[in-house]
Order: sequence, then C-alpha cells, then structure tokens
Amino acid sequence: MKRWLRLGRIVPIFGLMLLGLMGCGNPQMSALQPQGKGAEAAYDLMILSLVVMVVVLVIVFLLFTYVLIKFRKRKGDDSIPEQVEGNHMLELLWTGIPIVLLIILAVPTVMTTFDLAVTEKAASGEEGEEAKKDAPMTVKVTAHQFWWEFEYPELGVVTAQELYLPVDTRTNVELSSADVIHSFWIPSISGKMDTNPGDKLVNKMWLHPEEIGTFQGACAELCGDAHALMYFQVKVVSQEKFDAWVESMKTVKFADASSDVSEGQKIFENNCLQCHAVGDKGGKVGPALTGFGDNEKVAGILDHNKENIMKWINNPHDVKPGNNMPDFNFDDAQLDALSDYLLGLETAK
Amino acid sequence: MNVGERLTDQNFPESPEKATLEGKNKFLGFWLFLGGETVLFATLFGTYLGLRNSFGKGPEASEIFQLPMVFAATIILLTSSLTSVYAVLALKENRVKAMRGWLFVTLLLGLSFLGLEIYEFIHYVHEGHTFTSGAFGSAFYTLVGFHGGHVLFGCLWLSTLLIRNSGRGLTLYNSPKYYLFALYWHFVDVVWVFIFTVVYLLGKVG
Amino acid sequence: MSNAHAANKSSLWDWLTTVDHKKIGILYLISGGFFFLIGGLEALLIRIQLMKPENTFLTGDLYNQVLTMHGTTMIFLAAMPIIFAFMNAVVPLQIGARDVAFPFLNSLGFWLFFFGGVLLNLSWFLGGAPDAGWTAYAPLSTTSSGSGLDFYVLGLQIAGAGTLIGGINFLVTIINMRAPGMTFMRMPLFTWTAFITSGLILFAFPALTIGFFLLMFDRVFEANFFDASMGGNPIIWEHIFWIFGHPEVYILILPAFGIISEVVSTFSKKRLFGYSAMVFATVLIGFLGFMVWAHHMFTVGLGPVANSIFAVATMAIAIPTGVKIFNWVFTLWGGQIRFTTANLFAVGFIPTFVMGGVTGVMLAAAPADYQYHDSYFVVAHFHYVIVGGLVLGLFAGLYYWYPRMFGKMLNETIGKWNFWTFFIGFHLTFFPQHFLGLMGMPRRYFTYPEGFGLGSMNFISTIGAFFMTIGTILFVYNIIITHAKGKMVSGDPWDGRTLEWAIPNPTPHYNFLQTPLVRGLDALWIEKMAGNKKMTPAEPVGDIHMPNNSILPFIMSLGFFIAGFGFIYFNKGGALALVAIIVGLGIGLVCMFLRSWIDDHGYHIHKKDLPKEDKGADL
Repeated sequence: MKRWLRLGRIVPIFGLMLLGLMGCGNPQMSALQPQGKGAEAAYDLMILSLVVMVVVLVIVFLLFTYVLIKFRKRKGDDSIPEQVEGNHMLELLWTGIPIVLLIILAVPTVMTTFDLAVTEKAASGEEGEEAKKDAPMTVKVTAHQFWWEFEYPELGVVTAQELYLPVDTRTNVELSSADVIHSFWIPSISGKMDTNPGDKLVNKMWLHPEEIGTFQGACAELCGDAHALMYFQVKVVSQEKFDAWVESMKTVKFADASSDVSEGQKIFENNCLQCHAVGDKGGKVGPALTGFGDNEKVAGILDHNKENIMKWINNPHDVKPGNNMPDFNFDDAQLDALSDYLLGLETAK
Repeated sequence: MNVGERLTDQNFPESPEKATLEGKNKFLGFWLFLGGETVLFATLFGTYLGLRNSFGKGPEASEIFQLPMVFAATIILLTSSLTSVYAVLALKENRVKAMRGWLFVTLLLGLSFLGLEIYEFIHYVHEGHTFTSGAFGSAFYTLVGFHGGHVLFGCLWLSTLLIRNSGRGLTLYNSPKYYLFALYWHFVDVVWVFIFTVVYLLGKVG
Repeated sequence: MSNAHAANKSSLWDWLTTVDHKKIGILYLISGGFFFLIGGLEALLIRIQLMKPENTFLTGDLYNQVLTMHGTTMIFLAAMPIIFAFMNAVVPLQIGARDVAFPFLNSLGFWLFFFGGVLLNLSWFLGGAPDAGWTAYAPLSTTSSGSGLDFYVLGLQIAGAGTLIGGINFLVTIINMRAPGMTFMRMPLFTWTAFITSGLILFAFPALTIGFFLLMFDRVFEANFFDASMGGNPIIWEHIFWIFGHPEVYILILPAFGIISEVVSTFSKKRLFGYSAMVFATVLIGFLGFMVWAHHMFTVGLGPVANSIFAVATMAIAIPTGVKIFNWVFTLWGGQIRFTTANLFAVGFIPTFVMGGVTGVMLAAAPADYQYHDSYFVVAHFHYVIVGGLVLGLFAGLYYWYPRMFGKMLNETIGKWNFWTFFIGFHLTFFPQHFLGLMGMPRRYFTYPEGFGLGSMNFISTIGAFFMTIGTILFVYNIIITHAKGKMVSGDPWDGRTLEWAIPNPTPHYNFLQTPLVRGLDALWIEKMAGNKKMTPAEPVGDIHMPNNSILPFIMSLGFFIAGFGFIYFNKGGALALVAIIVGLGIGLVCMFLRSWIDDHGYHIHKKDLPKEDKGADL
C-alpha cells in the first residue's frame, strides 16, 4: 500500500525538472526567454496551458500508478472480478472537468489570437490622420532560397540578411516570398508566420522587441536543400542608432568605375553588380550588399571575416547547397581584392 | 436457387438487386463509393471556385462560354437520366427487352454528350483557353474533364454490360449490376447539374 | 472444384491469388512490417546526422529525401497496412463472418497498396527520392527537380486507391455481415474503431486523390494550380492536404484505441468500462476530426477569426479522448491485471498517449502555436501520438493476436525485453525534442550550429533512437525464434472474451463451421460464464459458400504500376513512356473488363467435407 505513495512522489520532482528546463536555451533564439511582446504573449499562453495540462497529467499518472500496483493479479487468485458496466457519475465528472479546463484555456487563446493579428484598421491607419502619423513603420520581408530581403518602403532602404529594428517600438511586417513557401521566425521576439509566393497572399504580423541586442531569425518551413542554413540576424538597437543607420544606408552611393577605384571594386562591378545592389546601383536577384562590411555573418551563417567571405565566393554551394549563386573561379589575387572591397562596404564611413 | 439462373415471373423477387447477400453488399458498397465520389468532386469544385477568376494568360470565362451548346448537353444528359429510370422500372418488373432498350438509348445519349463536350473543348482550345493557359484553364479542364471521364467510363461499363448479357435474362447475379449502373449514371448527372450551375452559369455572370 | 483443394495450400500462386481475409491480413502485415523496417532505418539515419552540431553525415538534399521518405513510408506504407492487417485478420472473426463483403476487392486493395509502395521506394534507385517533406507543400513540390516527387505522387496515388477500396470493403462488411445477434452495440471495440476508421478513409482519401492529381498535373502536364505567377494558389494544396491529413491522424489512432480496449479488457479480466461512452467517443472523435484541419495551418495567414475557430474546435477533441483514457484506467480498476507483453504495451500506451494528447491541446492554442509550429515541439508531439500511441498499440495488437494469425505465441521473455527497450528508447528520443523546439530548433533541419546549445539534447535523442532500434531487432528476432521453435497453442490462449477466440487453431478456411449466435457484448465471455463449452450456433452444419481465388487483382495493380512509370517519365522518356501509360492503363481496363465479363459465383465446401460438429476452441 505504501509503495504507490512513494512512487507518487516522483511526479512532483518530475514537474520541478520540467520547470527548471523552462528557463533553458539561448536567449537569442529561445521561445522560453521572450524578448519581445509577441513572444511574451505566446509564452504566457504556453505556461497557462502547461499548468493546466500538468494538472491533468498528475491526476492521470497517480490514478494509473495506483491501479497498476493495487489491481495486479496475485498468484493463486483466480477469482473473477466484477464485470462493471460503467458509472454515470464518474463519466459525467471526467467529461465535465475537462470542459471547464478547456474553457479556461480557450478564452485567453482567442483573445491573444486577435491581439497578435494585424487588423486592416491598424495597418492602414484608418483611424484618422493623427493615428496614421503614429502608425508603425512597415518592413517588407521577401524570402528567397535561401536568404532574406528586408525593405523599409517608407524609409527607402533595402537590406538583406540582417534586420534592423528600433527597440520598444512596434513594427509591422509584410511577408511574401520570391519562390517557394518559407516561414519567418524570430523565436525570442515573436512567433512565426509563413511567407507565401505571389502578391495575393501577403501576410501581416507585428514585431515589438523590448531588449537591445542581436537575435537569431530562422526559416521554419521546408524550402529546399539549404533550409537548415537560412538564418538571419535581427539587430535591435535604440531609436537614435536606428535613425543613424537609416541615414547612412540612404547616403551610400556606388561610385562608377574609374581608374582610381580599387581592383576589388572593378571585379565587383564586372561580376557581382548584376545581381547584388550596393547603394543606388545593382540588381535585385541576390542580397543587397549595402553596408555589408558591418554584418555579423557571411551568408547568414558564417562568422564575418575575410577567410569566410573568400570561402563563400569561391564555393557557395559547399556552404549552402542548392543556392542560386553561380560558381566564380576567381584566382587568389582577385578573391583577395574582392573580399577587401566587400569588407570595406561599411555604412559608418 | 442458383444465382446464375434466369428469373421467371413466378420466382421474381421484389428487389432482385438486393435479393442476395452479394447483391446487398454491392448495393451498400456502391452507395458508399458514391459518397467518396462526392468528396472527390467537392474537392474539385472547391479548387475550381478558388481559381475561377485567375485566368493567367488565357481568355476570361464570360468571353468563351457558349451557353446554348452547354444547355443542349445538359438536356441530353438529363434525358439520359430519365431513360435509365425507365430501365430500372423495367428491371423491377422483369421486362428484359424494355430494360435493355432504355439502356441502349441511355448509352446513345451518353455518347452524344461526350461528342458535344469534345467539340466544345476543341472550340475553347482554338480560343486560347487551354489546360496550361492559366489556373482557371487548369481547374476548368480538370473538373469538367473528370466528369467527362466518368461519362466515358459509364459508357464503357454499360456497353460491356449490354453485350455480355445479350440473350440472357435477368438473374440474381446480373440484376445488381444493371441497378448499380443506373445509380452511377444518376450520380454523374447530378454532378453535371452542379457543373452547369457553378462553372457555366456563374462563369457567364462573371 | 479445384479451388476447394487449393484453399489450404501455401504455394506462391496461392498467395498471389488469395482472396481469404486471413491470408490478405498476413500479406499486409509482412509488407507493412517490411516498410516499417525501411522507415525505421531512415529514422536512424536522421538521428545519426543530428547526433552532434554541424555533422556532415547526411546533408542538404539527401537529408530532405530521407526525412520525406521516413514520414511518407511510416504513414502510408507501414502504419496504414499494419492497421489493415489487423482489420483483415480480426474484424470478420469478431463479427462472426466467414469473409469480408468483397473478397476480390480486398485482394485488389492489398496489391494496389503493395505496388504503390514499391513504386515509391524504387525512386531511391532511379535518380533520387522525393524531397519536399511528406506534406509536399507546393510550390516546393511542383518545382523540385528530378523525378522524386513524381514517384511520390504516382506511388501514393496507387497505394491510396487501394486504401479507399479497403475502407469501403470494411464498412460494408461490418454493416452487412454481422452474425445473428451481433447488434452494433454488441460489437467489440476494435470492430467499432475499424468501422469509424473506414468511414474516415472513405471521406478523407478522395480529397487526397484529387490533391495528387492536381500535383501531378502541375508537374507532368504543366498545369497551373499552384503556380502563383499564372494565377494559381499554393494554399489550396495545403487545405486539400490537411482536409485529408487531419482525419488521417484519426484513421491511424482510432484502431490503436480499439486494440488497447481489447487488450486492457482481456488482461484485467473485466468488461470494458463505459462501453457505450467509448463507442460514442470514437464516433465523436471521427466526426470532429474533419472540423479541425486548419490547425495545421495557423501560421499560413488565415486570419484571427479562422484561427480562433479552429483552435477551439481542436481543443474540443480532447474531451472524448479524455473519456477514453479514464475508461481504460477504470477498466483496469478492480481487475486481475496480467502483465503479458501485449498488456505491457497497452498500459505503456496510456500515459504516453496522455502526454501526446496534452501537447496536442497546447498546440491548439493558436498564438502559442506560432512558436511551436514547424519546430521540434511538433515533432515531439506527433511522435508521442503516432509512435507512443499507434505503434505501441500495434505492438500490443501483434503480441495479442499473433496466436490467432499464426497459431503460435510470441516469446514472452523476449517480448518484455522488446517492450522495455522500445519504451525507454522512445521517451529518451522524443521527450527532449519538446525542449529543442522551444529552444528554437525548427523541424526538417539537417544541422544546427555549434553555439546554439542544442547539442546535448539532440545527443540524448539519438541514444534513444538506438534503444528503439534494439527493441525492433528484438521483435524481429522474436518472430524468427517463434516460427522456428514455437509450438502451436490452443485457439483461446489468453482466456479471451470476443468471438475471434471461439474458433479452433489453426483457423479453418471458412472461419466458423456454424455461424455463432451472439447474446451480448463479449459474446464468448458470456458463454463461458454460462458454463457453455462453445458458442451456441445460429444454423445447422451445411454447405459453405466461399469466393474463388483470382489473379486479376495482382495483374490489374501491375498494370497501374506500369502506367505509373509512364507518367513519371512522361516528360523525359518520350515514346517509351507513352507506351508504358497505354499498356499499363490498358492492362488495368482489360482486367476490369474481364472481371465484369466472367461470371464468378464462388464455390461451395460441401457438408460431407466438413467436420461433423463445431469443435470450437478449448474453453
């Protein structure tokens, strides 16, 4: 009889372990350490549902353990148990209680669902001119195999792989894709949303980071060979820093080749500019490289240093299988010059 | 009684299609099959409704649909449903010749419906409305084509049934087969009524 | 008639032509088991790649192929056929029938599944497997290069047709073929779940059939269903897939509920607690299963209204499921619980499934799902319900019904080792994955960087996978040892309660010499309690009508298999592909024509060839 009581004690210990684990993970990418309002709302709901569910688990486990120990067949006992048909009271009880528990969970679920959505009204500033002025800034996110493009239409800035956001401010995000379906996810700032191809299926969400720092973004919908490598960085900065960044991004101009530009820039202009934009010039096929020198990562995943830039340019498919960058067979001198040029693309200057 | 034995007016059961366990099984199984077919067509209709205004590079629905021809096709198919009802009535009264006659008329009507549909499709293709001209084209040909395929299969089935049982009377073995064909044919007709409404009328209105 | 003599022979020809539900059940079990091993091997490869950060064992497209084939194989080619194996082996016996309603279609359903599965797996040797996930979201699936996705579409289309046929067959069997006295509310719970599952198959699979056609038309014939630049809409695929896909989840789990109900009741020597509530819960789960598909699409952008409705509807499913859990626990309550291997798996199922269930409710909270969705949390959840639920249920069923299917009992000692290694390995593998997901690891990632702190839990998970492998190897070993050394047991080795234990071992070709008369739920138990030595017959001994064997289902399926190849290579194979399509579809049509043309009345086993009276099992 006492044995099952002792076993019962394991359950709370198990629960404590669970709670201990809740704080784990890397604060830059863990949904368990929210750094923004969206992630907080989701986290609160997680905890609420977890608590409700742990209650259910504990009840079932205790009952279950008791039954297995108490009613196991003893040697020599061949009696036939009573053939019980059922018990209406009990059955009503375990239909009724879950209904109550689910209502406790359903109400905040629905409320949060609406809180997190971007309604037409809020997005367009239909609440009047005054409200429109205060309407949040919009970032257009376009997902590509396997990189992210971030456009700030109101500010006239286009960048890639690194998303700048002002802290303690709400930013609306419009999501679409240039090819297949991806999903835009910054676990520590907000939940995810899919990026659908075509202009009819643009999704809207909002981000509201509350801590300054660099956070990890990722693609959460299988999108091809390098799906696992489609990370991006989210740089949450103060409003002043953000404004300064915007200003410097806007002032960058691509100088046309003349005799006094560096060898690296010439190589860039002849080989790369067709697809990659710098400042006011260049194509949109690949990620814009304005301010590339300030980036934290090369291609969203490698540490930002010259060695990795060279590695990427000469063997992009070794780093990200299946991506669309062509193989350039630059010799070492060319590669060196080109990398120096790219590293020099800093907005701060 | 042997299930392969020709039924006479004396031993003719009330519902020869359900007089044996095999017959009952077929009867129920076929109804269930039609339930599945309903989901099949419902999915096609859903897809079509989602894409019916996405013309891509092809012409718009209201420009190309020829209602008179479609209306004629509708009348033909509805009439064939009626003739198959007469066939089943004859079956229930063991009038083999009448039943086979009505089924033969049903077959002819089915074939002429198919002829009209093929003519219609060729006409559309000349107008630039093809399977690959846009999402609308793909959805249109898939939905209407699936129905057409069902009509074609029905015609093949009925032909086999008529040829195999020529010179044979009704038995407990073949009565369910005749009966199920009629069920199938009604289903195909009902689907067409929906196609006529959802695809053509709605398409013409725009 | 030659057929009567062929019936009990075990030649290759007999296995190819059989229409006997017991043999078809074995065919389903062997091929489903084989695919289960392949799918398991793929799972192991996945876990080896993820064992440590930045591993290079299996990367990029090859990893995507393995993960796609793991999911697809396990769902369509392992879980479904093993469920059909049990439905074939058990349902006709439980309702006191001599065969299923459509024996010919039963055989056709199996061969279509078999050839579809083979076709899909041949992709490994013919240029690469599908690589867009088992969900095959467009436009990734429509633009994926190579033929992998074509194999996926055609292989599953053929296998799916077989499943649909099987579903209709069991619906009619259960409605029309029940023995006298076997009312609906006296049917064993496994038969009930088989019935509801068949209904779900009937209404869910046609949606998938259309989905596969659309995908095939986009890939092979350049249609534009999912191409946004031509007006297409890729979200339509997601809807169609999940309108099928969510009921599919219940198609899988309901039969497991049925197995658990039988096993728990038998091994606690008690009538199932709250039988009518269990039946009602099964029906309700089946019904609600069709109302909740969009909870797989919370992040697609359907808007807050749709998300809220589907969130609440999904939570509602927890209520009938909870009813089942408590009913099982109270079936055990007050019983004489025997911990046979079958019952170990059944009682292991209960807490495991509860854990999968509660994470299911957590996932239903849409805003929280924005975090869980497509992360390892979801991977953990659905493995808890599919492996911790379904697979444990299937193991329970295998140990329970093995004596009925093969006449021999699986070794109990090895069985217990099998249970504990598999059970511990399972929790070790999937429990940490909840946290991996919350810590920001998306699913379908072939690697994760060193500095993200995901290494240790992934390592634990991989260790668990090896434990599960050991469990599976022990099971295969158990089968081999049982067939090599095991002895035939009696027809009722577990002290059973339902009709499948009322017949001698080995099961006669015609199942019941005399159709039994059913006098209540747990028909056999009632007779036992009344002190009867066997079931009361409902008819005198007489000629028994049996269906003829036929090779047509095999040939017909072969025809569709050939046509499938033609469609796969339509854009690359030129004239040869066209020939394959015409020949293949031609073979299929000719077989249908022959089936229609040739009168098939079956044959009779004459009274003089039958034993004088029903021996029944030794009660």
